[in-house]
Amino acid sequence: MEWNFRNDLPVYSQLVEQIKRGIVSGAFAPGERLSSVRDMAMEAGVNPNTMQRALQELERQGLVYSQRTAGRFVTEDTQTIEDSKRALAREQTEAFRKAMETLGYDRAEIVALLQEEA
Amino acid sequence: MPILECRELSKRFGKTAALDNVSLKLEPGRVIGLLGPNGSGKTTLIKLCNGLLTPSEGEILIDGEAPGPKTKAVVSYLSDKEYLPDWMSTRQLMDFFEDFYKDFDRQRAEEMLLRLGLDEKQKVKTMSKGTREKVQLILVMSRRAKLYLLDEPIGGVDPATRDYILDTIIRNYNPEAAVLISTHLIADVEQVLDEVIFIQNGQILLQSDVDSIREEKGMSVDQYFREVFKC
Repeated sequence: MEWNFRNDLPVYSQLVEQIKRGIVSGAFAPGERLSSVRDMAMEAGVNPNTMQRALQELERQGLVYSQRTAGRFVTEDTQTIEDSKRALAREQTEAFRKAMETLGYDRAEIVALLQEEA
Repeated sequence: MPILECRELSKRFGKTAALDNVSLKLEPGRVIGLLGPNGSGKTTLIKLCNGLLTPSEGEILIDGEAPGPKTKAVVSYLSDKEYLPDWMSTRQLMDFFEDFYKDFDRQRAEEMLLRLGLDEKQKVKTMSKGTREKVQLILVMSRRAKLYLLDEPIGGVDPATRDYILDTIIRNYNPEAAVLISTHLIADVEQVLDEVIFIQNGQILLQSDVDSIREEKGMSVDQYFREVFKC
């Protein structure tokens, strides 16, 4: 997985976002065992405590779970993954709509443009 | 208990105060950046912590003890200068470290050397600057210390070596040890840090979590540093 970080946001929230994208896009498959915190931190080039914090947040959101001895896994609940994907798609759509509105397009024009593209 | 505590610590050289009334605490399990411009007191602070200098005023406690033989056994120090005797081979250096430090983990050092493809028989004399820096870091990070003091570990190395050094620091992360990294190259290290300390003219300007700075200021620690230390 490719890791990219912006300067103006906490590293932790960017890790949450990028791992989440990995899960909804299938780069991390449902039920897949994740590498150890240290290995994931090394791969991303970040502090292990920050990676740990990000994984805990994803646990809280139900996208990953840990098993005391076996490690951490991506959820097998495809509905949760689908919901997350939907939420990310909404954010993207919203951002796109706002950007188009600043160019002076209204909703109907945006839809027309998208259909033209397709 | 903090692994390192400074209480109203000052160090003067003649009339110049290199450190001026510094109080701080470092907790185990954290990687901390000691950030400041040249001449701000970074090296003085580190040398006080490992007993190479003695305080003019105030005190330092490492794992509850004043710097001395007991604390030297738990502090692993990377000097900003090259100090390895150049007639020695890497293997001899490992023997040397093994004799000197009870907590030296030879197997760990050998693994790291192997990963780099370094020959244990190579003498320091024939090593490139980058290789010498890597060997020095491997020796220092192979100790099972409680406090690592790394003085400018990434100054003057190429980007690949720098990545290797940061990778080594993450690889050897230990929740019971603290790592203090002094540098003025913040952008390169900020992602591996939990926390930063800004130091200027021998005084602590700020001690804060990296992500708190990014969250509150909406900029990287590097950008924030440039703002605070604008000339």
